[in-house]
Amino acid sequence: MENIFTQWFGDNILTYVLITIPVVIYVSVFALYAVLAERKISAWISNRIGPNRTDKYGLIQTILDALKLVQKEIINPSKVDKGLYTMAPFIVFTAAFMGYAVLPFSSVFIGADLNIGLFYFFSISSLSVVGVLMAGWASNNKYSLFGGMRTVAQIVSYEIPTALSAVVIVMLAGTLSMQKFAEIQSGGLFNWYIFGGPGDLWKLLLIPIMVISFIILFASTLAETNRTPFDLTEADSELVAGVHIEYSGMMFAMFFFAEYAQMFAVSAVISTLFLGGWQSPFGELIPFLNTPVFQVFWFLAKGLMLVGVQIWVRWTVPRVRIDQLMTICWKYFIPITLVNLFLVALYMILF
Amino acid sequence: MADIRTEELTINMGPQHPSTHGVLRLVLKLNGEIVQDVRPEIGYLHRCFEKHAEAMTYPQVIPYTDRMDYVNSMSNELAYVLAVEKLLGIEIPERVEYIRVIMCELQRIASHLVAIGTYGNDAGAFTPFLYCFIDREKVLELFEIVCGARMLYNYIWVGGLSHDITPDFIKKTKEFITYFRPRIKQINDLLTYNKIFIERTIDIGILPVDVAINAGATGPTLRGSGIKYDLRKDDTYSIYNKFEFDVCVGTGEYGTIGDCWNRYIVRAHEMEQSLRIIEQAIDVIPEGDVQSAVPKRVKPVAGEAYIRTESPKGELAYYIVSDGSLNPYRVKARSPSFCNVSVINQISRGHMIADVVMILGSFDIVLGCIDR
Repeated sequence: MENIFTQWFGDNILTYVLITIPVVIYVSVFALYAVLAERKISAWISNRIGPNRTDKYGLIQTILDALKLVQKEIINPSKVDKGLYTMAPFIVFTAAFMGYAVLPFSSVFIGADLNIGLFYFFSISSLSVVGVLMAGWASNNKYSLFGGMRTVAQIVSYEIPTALSAVVIVMLAGTLSMQKFAEIQSGGLFNWYIFGGPGDLWKLLLIPIMVISFIILFASTLAETNRTPFDLTEADSELVAGVHIEYSGMMFAMFFFAEYAQMFAVSAVISTLFLGGWQSPFGELIPFLNTPVFQVFWFLAKGLMLVGVQIWVRWTVPRVRIDQLMTICWKYFIPITLVNLFLVALYMILF
Repeated sequence: MADIRTEELTINMGPQHPSTHGVLRLVLKLNGEIVQDVRPEIGYLHRCFEKHAEAMTYPQVIPYTDRMDYVNSMSNELAYVLAVEKLLGIEIPERVEYIRVIMCELQRIASHLVAIGTYGNDAGAFTPFLYCFIDREKVLELFEIVCGARMLYNYIWVGGLSHDITPDFIKKTKEFITYFRPRIKQINDLLTYNKIFIERTIDIGILPVDVAINAGATGPTLRGSGIKYDLRKDDTYSIYNKFEFDVCVGTGEYGTIGDCWNRYIVRAHEMEQSLRIIEQAIDVIPEGDVQSAVPKRVKPVAGEAYIRTESPKGELAYYIVSDGSLNPYRVKARSPSFCNVSVINQISRGHMIADVVMILGSFDIVLGCIDR
């Protein structure tokens, strides 16, 4: 659907600038409060309280942390490769932000309604690999080189199960456009793809395939964004901080916020694919909840719920080793996703 | 096509490193990610304990023994005090013996909680660490009721104890027993039987029995390789022969016998056995005066004494030579962690860096004990 801003302001350059503003504001606010949420949720899981010194609930904690990082001295180690070292955090950050262009916040608001939206999203998130590799190499440090190489292997390997799990939905929907994924799943809770998508009762056969695809997609995106159990690149009990070792101050903050921005972006994509995006679970029963403004609420709620699950998993589970990581990807995830693809194709032919 | 020239990479882990459990320096020679050689370098925490002991009187050495293995203070004190009492040849009241056993078993639980929590932390599971420390707080609270200190007690004195226990302590200990049993199960569910944790720890760092015995490894390190050797049963001291408990060995429930998981599970099971001992002891403490046998001056006759005890880390032994004066002539402490960590080179070859971290954690070393 046409973006509502073009209806209001006409199809000119001003519109496109104005479209980016709410998204950028949202991403910044989200990155700030995601850090706080992680600290608070991790504290509750481990029977602590979390930040409560700055104010009673720690709400301004991250803002103050960001201010602290901004005023820190940016230490330039002497033997680093200056150009690559400075550019690396910005490339990672840009890659994370660019993914937000195709997230359908509501039926009338999407940054760019590309008809290859999903494909664009996965390609852009791979750009962060380049940034991480640059950071690892340019830091002139054995530990960060190790970390960089591990990260590249991890992200590139896990692109495959991510894409293959998403292709299951692409096959059923017949399109790659993010807005269309959300539109197809209209009609309430049981028309979401995780329950088989819109269609007649035969779709219930698809539920096991969908659930497995959902889980594999979720796990693979955990690996993409370097979250536990796949965070061996930042494993602070082995290679202290991996790729980020030589960075300080604002450059470190760039990596940090890019990680959180990516967390929400992939959660949003998963929720659009499997959980109905901006569709209300009540469908047409309560039409008030299906208006464009409320749709933003549903979209954010689903994305944030998945972010919460990511945080929960991080603080519960130990981390895997690099060779186990590769084994899981190549020997388990990829065969399972291929089998899923085959079964969904079979379903489409038969029904 | 010519072979690519590869070099062995020498990497330094520590002394300041989040997971070397203290100030231990490991020099790793790597071929890519595979470890070829591990050389531990110790001495960063050497405080000349044995030399100090020669300048102190016998009771004054006890706070020094606390600080050797600072996670296990009660066990250290007990070993030293038993050696001195053997030199003196005094009889101590039964009440003292029972209380000492209870304290040592509580200390064993506290020490194993540290081992389990920090091991989970090395593996990347941050939450079990905090759960273990909540339980450890309860134990330290019990110690604080008795002697006022949470970690370094100076409680077990030559011939008795520094303070008697109160009925409040007995009540709280019984509460602790009922509180802690389900917590062991909770920790097991969260960490021990977690598939990812099992995958991280099985089949790595397999310690063959002959290597272990030749190096003098004892405690859970040895029992993880399947040998049923516990000094509380095999060379019994104090009144351990009055209590009924099992010796836990690694059975290969997951992985092979002698790998990191089996060493770890020995500790998890030992906590349950310690609870059994405390349960049996807490109800039958006889009446008496804990200070009645404490001598005014500790002046043993010339001679020597060697006492071996089962501390949570392994076999802790003290060899005291006395020349008839108020100060010991020589105090030698045989540290369990020193011998345990000496096998790390042989068993880490062929594994990856991440595995070296897990192997080191499975020995449960405390640098204060190694360096003295």
